[in-house]
This record gives sequence, structure tokens and C-alpha cells, in this order.
Amino acid sequence: MTAKTTWTTDSGPDSLLEVRDLRTWFELRRWGFLPAGFVRAVDEVSFELRRGEAVAFVGESGSGKSSLARTLLGLYQPTGGEVIFAGRNLQSLNRAEQLHYRARVGYVQQDPYGALPPFMSVGRILAEPLIVHGISSRAERRRRINEALEEVRLTPADDFLPKFPHMLSGGQQQRVVIARALILRPAMIIADEPVSMLDASVRVEILNLLHTIRTSHNLTLAFITHDLATVRHFAERIFVMYAAKVVEKSEVNELVDRPQHPYSQALLAAIAEPDPANADRVRVIPGGEPPSLISPPPGCRFHPRCPHAIPELCDREMPPEFEPRPGHFAACWLHR
Amino acid sequence: MAAGNLLRVDDFCLFYRTSGGIGRAVDGVSFELERHQAMVVLGESGCGKSSLGRGLLRLLPRNVETCTGRIFLDGIEISAFTDERFRSEVQWVRIAMVMQAAMNALNPVVRVGEQVAEPLLVHRGWSRARALARAAEVFSLVGISADFLRRYPFELSGGMRQRAVLAMALITEPDLVILDEPTSALDVLTQAGIMNVLKRIKRELGTSFILITHDVATSSEIADRVALMYAGQFVELAGAADFFLRPAHPYAKLLLASIPRLHQEKRPEFITGQPPSLLSLPAGCRFAPRCPSRFGRCAENPGLMTLLDGRQVRCWLYAEGLQQ
Amino acid sequence: MRTWREAGRQLGRYPSALVGLAIIAFLVGIAVYAVIAIPYSEALGLWRGGDQWRMHPVNARSAWVDRLTGGGQSRTMIVSSSAAAIEEETFAGGRQLRIPLAFDYEYAGFPSEINLFFSAAYQERQPFVRLIWHTPDGEVVSLGGRRISREDRIAISQDLALERRLGEVPHIGLLAEPGATVPERARTGSYELTVEAILFEEAAELAVDLVIYGRVHGPAGTDHLRRDLMVALLWGTPVALAFGLIAAVGTTLTTLVIAAAGVWFGGWVDAIIQRLTEVNMILPLLPILVMVGTLYSTSIWLMLGVVVALGIFSAGIKMYRAMLLPVRSAPYIEAARAYGAGDLRIITRYMIPRVLPVLIPAFVTLIPTFVFLEASLAVLGLGDPVLPTWGKILNDAQTMSALYNGFYYWVVAPAILLMLTGLGFAMLGFALDRIFNPRLRAM
Repeated sequence: MTAKTTWTTDSGPDSLLEVRDLRTWFELRRWGFLPAGFVRAVDEVSFELRRGEAVAFVGESGSGKSSLARTLLGLYQPTGGEVIFAGRNLQSLNRAEQLHYRARVGYVQQDPYGALPPFMSVGRILAEPLIVHGISSRAERRRRINEALEEVRLTPADDFLPKFPHMLSGGQQQRVVIARALILRPAMIIADEPVSMLDASVRVEILNLLHTIRTSHNLTLAFITHDLATVRHFAERIFVMYAAKVVEKSEVNELVDRPQHPYSQALLAAIAEPDPANADRVRVIPGGEPPSLISPPPGCRFHPRCPHAIPELCDREMPPEFEPRPGHFAACWLHR
Repeated sequence: MAAGNLLRVDDFCLFYRTSGGIGRAVDGVSFELERHQAMVVLGESGCGKSSLGRGLLRLLPRNVETCTGRIFLDGIEISAFTDERFRSEVQWVRIAMVMQAAMNALNPVVRVGEQVAEPLLVHRGWSRARALARAAEVFSLVGISADFLRRYPFELSGGMRQRAVLAMALITEPDLVILDEPTSALDVLTQAGIMNVLKRIKRELGTSFILITHDVATSSEIADRVALMYAGQFVELAGAADFFLRPAHPYAKLLLASIPRLHQEKRPEFITGQPPSLLSLPAGCRFAPRCPSRFGRCAENPGLMTLLDGRQVRCWLYAEGLQQ
Repeated sequence: MRTWREAGRQLGRYPSALVGLAIIAFLVGIAVYAVIAIPYSEALGLWRGGDQWRMHPVNARSAWVDRLTGGGQSRTMIVSSSAAAIEEETFAGGRQLRIPLAFDYEYAGFPSEINLFFSAAYQERQPFVRLIWHTPDGEVVSLGGRRISREDRIAISQDLALERRLGEVPHIGLLAEPGATVPERARTGSYELTVEAILFEEAAELAVDLVIYGRVHGPAGTDHLRRDLMVALLWGTPVALAFGLIAAVGTTLTTLVIAAAGVWFGGWVDAIIQRLTEVNMILPLLPILVMVGTLYSTSIWLMLGVVVALGIFSAGIKMYRAMLLPVRSAPYIEAARAYGAGDLRIITRYMIPRVLPVLIPAFVTLIPTFVFLEASLAVLGLGDPVLPTWGKILNDAQTMSALYNGFYYWVVAPAILLMLTGLGFAMLGFALDRIFNPRLRAM
């Protein structure tokens, strides 16, 4: 058990990551060079993450949550807006500072097997980030690898070092992925659907592990999921995303009990719990499909499917963020 | 055998030959399914449930070592049919299947309508026009507009592709549809939509379903009965209400406790350890290594015992038929 | 890497792999032996032909062919004056020598040629020699006489007068069974060629070598220039293996790196590489090599260079690109970018190892392709002019119409070696393919 050690050496206020009006648009080209519009994967998203908190980004496919994650990780370049990490704007970093930033943010991916190179042993996989960041001493690398494996409860570490990914179970593979995300002692971890490809009985274990790691090192955890049921127990705040925008932000219990945006309400209504009475009920879900990110509908993006859409308003103008309850924000004209 | 039973499976076994030994994917499974009933085979990955589904329809890979057991459809022993007879009279005629990730297995260069209509062309020899017309009807049943008949698979979203594949299974009006993880790769709203479709089909067409899944919550959406599978065997076979509200087998109890629930304050628990490999199964009860209630007798493999309330449990704790 | 040790163990399970390895080991052994036993410069010198081979028969068969056809063919015999009992008689102004060159002829078959080599040392006046042939039956045949110069040769087999006298070619007639109209067997027994030489100076010296050329020579036979084919067969092995290996390594590695770079960087880099490849794939390799060989030079290094250069932008690029494209969007590559791995590291450490399982068997089976290419060039007359290679042997054989003349050994030996090379590498390559690509194992 590691003692409670905070890895972040950045001094400063509580706010670790500030995102303002972030846009990540991809340009489409016809025949390789003719401009043909943009895919607006992330469209004017703003939020703030505090040190040590766990925030869940909830949304369906096409909501932009994965693109948002990748932009925060530096894998996509923002088309507009700002990402400010520990007081520094990401766009203003030079190469060396960019590399340093990558060490401060760890990435846990959805597919545990795909996230690990199949031809490398666990020891080698964990050594790679250290080598890339210039930790040349073998002994030091060994030490940190053992430390990381202990954190994720893959012990005895020596047993696991020579193993290859295909020799591990799904849960163990994901632990290796988490170990790799931790090995550079980041301040923040972005986890994109970390348990959706694991078995039900293993999911809780891994989520517990992430929780323990977060609290023992005061890490910020941004995790992306479509499983609202897990969010309740493992996140403090929740951001609901729809069609490349954040439509609701709130503390998690508050949102589960009193959702303010019609989309969040629909999501919660669609969540199944193991209840035999379900077989007799038909769930009410909004018809239609999520909109295209190339040419989204005018006004509020959810209005074509929304049971409470206000004509002449919701289909004309994009709603700003309202605060119907303290600390609980929803971008919906119903709360004007 | 009770009258009105659509399907009866008697001691079905399916073993694979692999470079690591014999994999006992399905090890003596028996059950009965009535008409208009939906049974869920619930289990985690590696428990053999997919093999069970495919074995019932004789969609077997090449390295099958043993495939034994008797299967009766409406009293007729279809397991005794030759492969040709099975293919022409049972497969897709009386029993159809929607396989795992089927929505990704649609032929990308053929229009969706043609693919959905194909079983009618093959099994009933209908003309193309007639088959496409029927496809349009089935499309409306599963909730897709008939416009999409002329589209290609890549033009449909994941949820719509899954509905299309479901239409393909339903188009020959089978008595039984086996679905293997029909909603696992889909979003929450889409999942709910698919489950709504299944409920409607069950109600309007009376089709029976065997739904194979690892998702406990989804299974409760449609199950009349639940069969919990572990390491190749059924460990509990009960009605839906009994299973979800009063699980009997220790594994069932732990599994239900490990599901995170939205409206529950308590943090979900998890089950330690992993399921055994089908290549090297332990002697004795296969869940014993992970079971919190194991005791001496568990060194012997229990058979399925019938309890007073009609359900079946594979656990020595219920040996005398006492506990409920 | 897990794969190496595991692969080694699994290799043992395939008999074809073991056979292939054995063949390759055999060839490598020959190559090593050739390079050590006959150093490079010496090999080139030997292969140049010329006078050093004068005591070798022309187009002699190989010893194993002789054994296969029942044996009894003649081997080359050299009778030297240095071993003979020379009778000397001095006279005023010179010496008279009587040199008996005696030998026992044991073979049933006839020799292919008979030559007499003289080595004389004198100031001005040439010695005069008279030749007398004694058969075992006591027959005496006079072969005439003449003056000889310092390094001289009397080609007894080409003496037309003698031929007319004997009724047969001299090397048959002189050894025929007496009385036979169509001589089939040679008369075995003790023969002697007596050389009666008159030296007109006191200080003059004379040495004589009688060479009775056999029809069989060595394990490989000889060619039309009297060269022992073993030299070329032995030395052809390291040349072939080296050419095949260098070409295979050069093309494969370069192709791989270029394909990976194209896939990773995408955009115009990829586009340029693909267009280059497509144009290059249309160009036919062999005709271009023929052109280069005819117009410039046929030096083997030039050929090797052209082969590698044209081989880089080949179908291999398309294949590796197809295999690497899905890898490019693999989650672990994304993770690597997220922790800051650079482009070079990603290409070499994360992408290329994915294709190694396909690359290794392809590489092994590529080696014989280049070996055959080199041999083909040589057969076409575009081989390296100085190197002894298998292809050169075949080229000579073809030019001299070997098969028409029944000199099968000339063609068979290099052909067998070429086939062995192909067989060995192919068997090893296919076994490696089954190991590294398990989906093929089921077949």
C-alpha cells in the first residue's frame, strides 16, 4: 500500500484544467483537396476540473466525448478556444513543454488488449514511457515499474514482467494499461470507457482500483462512459454531452435524482436495472437518431427529438447555460 | 415432457479440440422452453454460452471434438436429422440466430434490403420482388423506415444495423430466435430501443427467444426465465422474478450484488478470482474456488437440484431441497 | 522476443524445416570451405583458364557418373621424365638421351587425348627428339621426330599422318586391341613411350611429361577449357548465397522502412511513395538488367545494385502498407503518442514489429529468387565475367551444346545445386510461415 503521496508538483489554485469554448473541428475534403465542410466533433465546450476530483463525461457515440478526450491529451489540435492546464495554455507550449505535459496526463483506453502492443512483454510496455521521457537508468526504471505494478495490484511484480498481453485476462490487461498511465506520475488521468469491454464482475474491481489510486495520489480523474449506473458510485461530478456540446453539468447525486435537461432525463429513463418487472414495461425513449456533426440542426441540437421542444425558440437559437439549481447547470430553454 | 413445449434440450455437450487440450464449452446442459417464452442465458465471457447458442443451430467450427445430446423441437428430435435436413428444415426456417456483432457482419457491398430478403430467396424460393416486399414489412416491425431497404450498411447507424440483422432473422417467421449479445456494442438509448423491439415482437408475433448475454440489467428487460451459466454448466435455472429478487446460487447472489445500480447508495461489491479455463476445469464444484459459502462437500461436483419452488440450482447448499 | 525462442522450439516440430535447415547448413558449409580452401584471388586466377590447366582433360566426366555407368573409364595419367630411368650418352658437342616413359594402362576405356610436353633449356641449337611407342604385345610404332623449342608440346592425338597409319585416332589406335576392326576395349598392360633426344649443347637440359588424358576427372569433371568444374561449383556457392542474402536483406529492410514511413506520415509522403511504386512495378526487371548489362558492364556489384534499387519499390511496399495501415490506428499507437513517443520510435518499435511475423518467412523464401536471378543473368551471358558461378557453368555448357554432346554432368551438377538452394530455403521458409502465421497451421 503506497502512502498518500501527491504527485503533482504544480503549485497553484485548486483548478487544474480549464477549458474555454473549445472547438475541435475536422476539415472534410472532396477528392483530396476540395473543402467540403467540417465535422464539428467538439463544439464550444467549456468546463473546469479541480485537483483530485473525479468527473464523468457521459454521452452516446457521436456526442464528441472521445474527441474531447483526445484533444485534452494532445492527440488532436484544437481548432478554437483554449485549454489551460495548471495555468499554462496548451497552444503556447514548445516541444519540450509539450512532452512534459504528456507526462502530466495519463491515458487509459477502452480496449485493454488493443491498448497493449502484443509483441512486447509487460515489463517492456511499462518501460517505454519512461524511456521516451529520458529515464535512462535501468535500475530507476525497474523501481518505478515495480511501483506501478504494485499500485494496480499485479503482484508479485516479477511474475508479471515477462508476460505478454495475450497471457493475461481482460482485467489484468486493463490493470497494465492503468499502470502505464500512472508510471509517469501524472496529475490527471483521462479514462475513455475504461471498463466497458470487461466482464461485469471485473468492472467494479477496476473502478474501485481507479478510485483508490485517485484518492491516494490526489489525482484528477476524467472518465468517459456511457454507463450512468457506474457513474453514481465512482464520480463526484457529471457532465452530460450531446452532439459535441455539454448539455448538463452537476454534482452526480443531484443529477441522478433531479435531471434538468430532457436528454439527461431520457438517458436516465432508459437505464435498465435488474428488475423482473421490466419485461412488462415498454421504455419511453426519444425517437430519431443523434444528429450529424457535419450539419447539426439549427438552435438546440436536441430539439428534433425533444418531447418538450418549444417551437420558434428551440429550433432557432442555441440555449446558453442556465443554473436552475445551485451548482447544477443545464443548457436548455426550459430553464430560461 | 410437458405439452406445449417448443424446445427441449437434453444433456447437450459440446467439446472443442484445441492445441491446449479439450475445451468443455457446454458440459451437460438441459432445459425446456415453452412457446412465446423468452429465456435468457446469462453468463460472463468464457462460460460457454455462445457455444451453446451456436451448437443448438449446428453452426459449429471445425475443431469440434464431441457434440452430443438430444434436441427436440415440438417433440421432433432435430438432433437426429442429417445436416442437409437440418439446414433445409430447421436452420432459419424454425430457428434463426442473430450472432454476436452481427451488425458488423453485414456485407458492405450489398444493399441492406437484399441481405435481409436473402433467407426468403434461399429457403422458400420466393421471387425477388415478393421477398423485398416482405422485407419492407419486417422493417416496419423492427422500427426501420422502408427507405433503408435500398441503402448500404455503412449508411445505417449501429442501432439500425442491429435492427436490420434482427429483421433478417425474423423474415422467415421462425418459432425461435437465438440472440447472442444483441445490444452489447450499442448506446443506452439504442439498447433500450432494441429491447423495445424484442418485446413488441414477442407480444405481436409470439416468437420465442433465447437471449444470450452477460448484461444482467438487459436480461431483465425480456426474460421470463433465466439460466445462469458458469464454466459450461447451468448453475441456476429459475423464473425471472425468482432469479432477480431472490437469487439462490452463491454466484447468482454475488453477480447481482456486483452490478452498479443507479438508485442505490451502497457501493457494488466484486467477486474475487476468475472463472476457470474450459481447458482445465477443477474437480468438484466449478465455482467453489471463488465461493464464500464453500464447505467440504463442494469437492464433489453437484448436479442440478430441483427446489420446492420449481427452480433448479447446482449447489450442495440446497442438497436436501430444504432452503428457499 | 517471445517469438524467437518459441519459434525455435516449434521449428523442431516440422520435419520440412529440419530438412531445409540441413540443406542450408550443407550449402553454407560448402561456401565456407570454398572460401577457405581456395582464396578469392586464387579462385579468380584458376577460373581464368589458360595454360595452368594444360594437364587436365577436356570435357571429362565426373567420377560419380563413371561409377554410375559401370566404371572402367580412364583417368588421367602423367608420366614424367623426372621419374624415369634416363640413359645418357655423351658425344662430342652434346648428349644423347634415351628417356623411357613407361606406364601401366589398366582401364577398359580409351584415353581422350595424349600430349607430350617438353621443357628444354638450351642456348641456340634446338634439341631433336624421336618418339617410339611400345605396346604390351611388343608392337613398336614410330611416331616420328622433330626439333623442339623451349616450351613445346607434341599433340600426339592430333597427328593426322599417324591417324591415317593406324586407321584410328591415335589415342585409340595406339592402345587398341590388336586385330580389332572397331576397337571397343583398350589393351591393358605395360606401355612405353621412348623419347630419344639429342641435345646439341653440353649444358642443354630436357624434361618431358607424357600426359594420357582420361575421360573422367574428379568429382565434377572438366569443361571445354579444361577447368576443373569443382572450382566453379564450390565457389559458386558463396557467390550465390551472398548475392541472394544481400539482395534479400537490402530490398526487404528498405522496403519495410519506406512502407512504414509512408503509412505513418500519410499525406503526400505516402502518395509519392505509392506512385513511385506503381511505376516501378510496371518496369520489367530482367529486361532492364539485360539492358544495363549490355550497355554498361556486367559486374556483379552493379547487377546487385540495380536489383536492390528496383526491388525496393516493389509489390512489397503495397503488401506492408496494407498490413501496417490498420496498425496505424491501433489503440496502442494512440497511447504511445499520448505518452509522447516520437515518430521514429513509433515506426521502428511499434509498427514494424507487427509485420515481422510475415516478413521473416517472406524474406527466407526471397533468397532463392535472387539466387536464380543471378544464375539467369549468367546463363544469358550477362554474368560477371570473372567470377566462377553456377550460372556461368550453365552458360558455358549451353554455348558448347553440352546436352547435344552428351556432357550431362556439365549441366546436372550446377542444376542440382541451384535446386537444392531453392529447396532448402523454400522448405525453411514455408515452415517458418506456418509457425509465425498460425492461421496457416490448420491447412
